[in-house]
Amino acid sequence: MSFSITEPSGRQKWIAGVLVVTYAVLTLIPLIWIIATGFKTPQDAIAYPPKVFFEPSLEGYVNLFTSRSRVTPEDLAALPPPDTFYDRIVRQYDMVITGPSKYGERFLNSVIIGFGSTFLSVFLGTIAAYAFSRFKVPLKDDLLFFILSTRMMPPIAVAIPIFLMYRQLGLSDTHLGMILLYTAVNLSLSVWLLKGFIDEIPVEYEEAALIDGYTRFQAFTKVVLPQAATGIASTAIFCLIFAWNEYAFVALLTSGTAQTAPPFIPTIIGTGGKDWPAVAAGATLFLVPIMVFTILLRKHLLRGITFGAVRK
Amino acid sequence: MSDPLAHRVASATPPQLAHRIRGLSDRTIAWLFVAPTIFLLLAINIFPLIWTIRLSLTNFRTNRPNNAVEFVGLENYRKILTDEDTWIALQSTAHFLIWTIVLQVLIGFTLAYLINKKFRGNDLWTTLIVLPMMLSPAVVGNFWTFLYQPQIGLFNYFIAFLTGADPASFSMIGDVALAPWAIVIVDTWMWTPFVMLICLAGLRSIPPSIYEAAECDRASKWRQFWTITIPMALPFLMLAVLFRGIENFKMFDLVVQLTGGGPGSTTLLTSIDLKREAFEKWRTGYASAYAVILFVTVFGLASIYVKALNKVKDR
Repeated sequence: MSFSITEPSGRQKWIAGVLVVTYAVLTLIPLIWIIATGFKTPQDAIAYPPKVFFEPSLEGYVNLFTSRSRVTPEDLAALPPPDTFYDRIVRQYDMVITGPSKYGERFLNSVIIGFGSTFLSVFLGTIAAYAFSRFKVPLKDDLLFFILSTRMMPPIAVAIPIFLMYRQLGLSDTHLGMILLYTAVNLSLSVWLLKGFIDEIPVEYEEAALIDGYTRFQAFTKVVLPQAATGIASTAIFCLIFAWNEYAFVALLTSGTAQTAPPFIPTIIGTGGKDWPAVAAGATLFLVPIMVFTILLRKHLLRGITFGAVRK
Repeated sequence: MSDPLAHRVASATPPQLAHRIRGLSDRTIAWLFVAPTIFLLLAINIFPLIWTIRLSLTNFRTNRPNNAVEFVGLENYRKILTDEDTWIALQSTAHFLIWTIVLQVLIGFTLAYLINKKFRGNDLWTTLIVLPMMLSPAVVGNFWTFLYQPQIGLFNYFIAFLTGADPASFSMIGDVALAPWAIVIVDTWMWTPFVMLICLAGLRSIPPSIYEAAECDRASKWRQFWTITIPMALPFLMLAVLFRGIENFKMFDLVVQLTGGGPGSTTLLTSIDLKREAFEKWRTGYASAYAVILFVTVFGLASIYVKALNKVKDR
């Protein structure tokens, strides 16, 4: 590369680097604190001054996954000795494990609803985007604007009629109901993002395929889809992150069967006050996959955020 | 909006070609492909919206389904607009909206400007800065209540360390004067990266040749910043403000978990107020009218803003 007079000087780069790294470190402290608190004992978690160095413990994770009940010391002494590490941790507090907690179920719900709605919104989004990109659809611009404007509605505003509608249709607190709802919310984003990606694929490829005797549908599946694969993948990640993080709808429309992790994690309580290590453990398991995802797929993700926003 | 090139190429395709292809006609495929999306959006977005408008003209209450539903005209709207609590909620929302946007634009633009100096490893640090905005606002917001605890909370300890105040002497979410700032801080922490990314895209869209020309004309760095960088990045900056504005007007999850609208009603943003009316007091008709008013407000403000944005873009 040739020397450019507009290239920042070494000193400028160094100052910029120091400032950005300082901000990054400060901004990451709350996240590191979540992960660290998950490995503390309840006593260490509420120590003053806050403990940066501590002896790691799995108590938070044990409490997260189990329900426990208190027993009298006599009953405890009558029990056979604990044979697992989690039994041992729980017995220190004169408690026994009575069964699994609801966390596993809620986490599974997040996975089912997240992936289900992502699949649907990317599938429907891709075919709609293809049609908008390649065909003369009547009222195209109005339809596209309509699709986009559905995103401006406050979730609580649509939640009232959806609540009533779902109750009528028997969809309240069901996986299907939540999957359809998240699909509808994500569709606007997915159509817009994917239309951008498909617009970038030259039409000539399909025309060549059509001349070679492919049907329009074959041209779509065999020529356009492989070309749009990266775009489809990054759109899918955005849809998944939205569904994974969503709180307002799921808090209002579900109460048990189809509840996902976000409304559940804040309700985790221990005996005598909030069990912060268990909350932090639940949050860690829920947030870390997204963090890892973000770091691994940074190229596509960061481009997608600005691409999606700037295009509109 | 759509790619003009693609259009020109598409319309230049000889019409005979379309006749020659086998299988479904393009028209059928177009409808087949668009229909499910339109249907789903109609069923889950538009139909509910129309239902909301209809409910807003009645005194319906979801928890009393057997009561006679009466048509009350615009009575709900009159009540809401003359209710002092609505205006208090709007004020809280405005405070939240203005301060989060000001802080996020200032910090976000500065970060983007610094990252654009292309120091070594800048993309890794950019990714790490972006992490908070990828996470669940409800889960993270809930954990911030722990960081905000007097005495044991890390945030209070940090402030105490910087200022020498007693960490147990103030409670960010329990104090009427501090709570509005507590939500501003967390929202800024979470969403500054979004503004940063958009600004970064803006800064990277400026061709270096413009700076080179300015350099030849011996324009000072300061002058270059104000006459090239800011005007050329402005459409992007305004776009970031639009998105944050819409999102924060709808703000619910983060604040509900942080403060729940309290203490008192100091952080009772309109969305939380609406949720209370609809799902705690079950005044469905009243809440529906409230929802319509909010939607019209966001839509109206956003449309005016987009007009201004387009003017800036065309300049």
